Amino acid sequence: MARTSGKSMFLRGMRDGLPFVLVVGPFGLLFGVIGTEAGLNLAEVMGFTVLVIAGASQITAISLMQENAPILVILVTALAVNLRMAMYSASLVPYLGAAPFWQRGILAYFLVDQSYALAHLEYEKNPERPLGEKMAYFAGTMMVTAPSWYGMTWVGAVLGEAIPDSFALDFAIPITFLALIAPALKTAAHVAAATTSVLLALALAWMPYGTGLLVAAVCAMAVGAAVEIAMEKRA
Amino acid sequence: MSYSTGEIWGIILLLGLGTYLIRLSFLGLIGDRPLPPLITRLLRYTPVAVLPGLVAPLVLFPEATGGSLEPARISAALATLGVGFWTGNILWAVLAGLATLYGGLALLG
Repeated sequence: MARTSGKSMFLRGMRDGLPFVLVVGPFGLLFGVIGTEAGLNLAEVMGFTVLVIAGASQITAISLMQENAPILVILVTALAVNLRMAMYSASLVPYLGAAPFWQRGILAYFLVDQSYALAHLEYEKNPERPLGEKMAYFAGTMMVTAPSWYGMTWVGAVLGEAIPDSFALDFAIPITFLALIAPALKTAAHVAAATTSVLLALALAWMPYGTGLLVAAVCAMAVGAAVEIAMEKRA
Repeated sequence: MSYSTGEIWGIILLLGLGTYLIRLSFLGLIGDRPLPPLITRLLRYTPVAVLPGLVAPLVLFPEATGGSLEPARISAALATLGVGFWTGNILWAVLAGLATLYGGLALLG
């Protein structure tokens, strides 16, 4: 393997992260529009985007806020959407666990779907690279992606204020969610979990304060895991 | 939406803090201890367990139509799901959904 430096790994991360701008940018734009349409001001929309930096959970929160759900239910549901990131965090420990705490602390903020997917792939392929190069690669993946997320959210929020109600943007939330869900329906277990979630959420819609969705989500996770175990046994 | 400015910022800050702590969990605090396989299995399904349940009532009983089924919105939802499933591309799925929605609203509305 050719000798590489931290700088060249940073640049490689940047190059590998570039295509994600095409996903993250429009998603940010959409969040900006959705947030503004829901009644948030520019500072609040940007507060979500910069402090939470997790689009699906941000839209989850806004969707529940539109139904005036209790704050605790909003937080629990939106955080549940992000629980997968604990898995990301755990799977990077073998590669990055030895880095100084402050570096891991900064990296954790940028641990999003895209940076995780790229970094994990790279570390699996080249586990022998020095720690500094691994950190440089991760930083590179977010160098373009994160600013495009912030910037396009801002553009979306400004645009959202100018878009008239006749554009049926109420439906931007369901469309965005469906677009996120569809590619994830890769296995029988994912399909079973999604189906359980839909059926139980509808059946339990009578439960107060949106708690039916939480019950549905817990059952759906269990069904997904159970189907996965059953499929492995059969294989 | 009927939250005070303080409540909205409370939601933003707590969601931000909670999300950060989830991301920091193993990397920063728990360290190199393997997750029990059952937990990994459950975590794998969190997005697909929460989002479909959240979206189903929004598609079937949209508030904008007074909560009744509406062909343009149903078609848009199906187009999004279909294109997202076949292409695996979030962007194409959103565009297909929006195109179907506006086409449907123009034709039927």
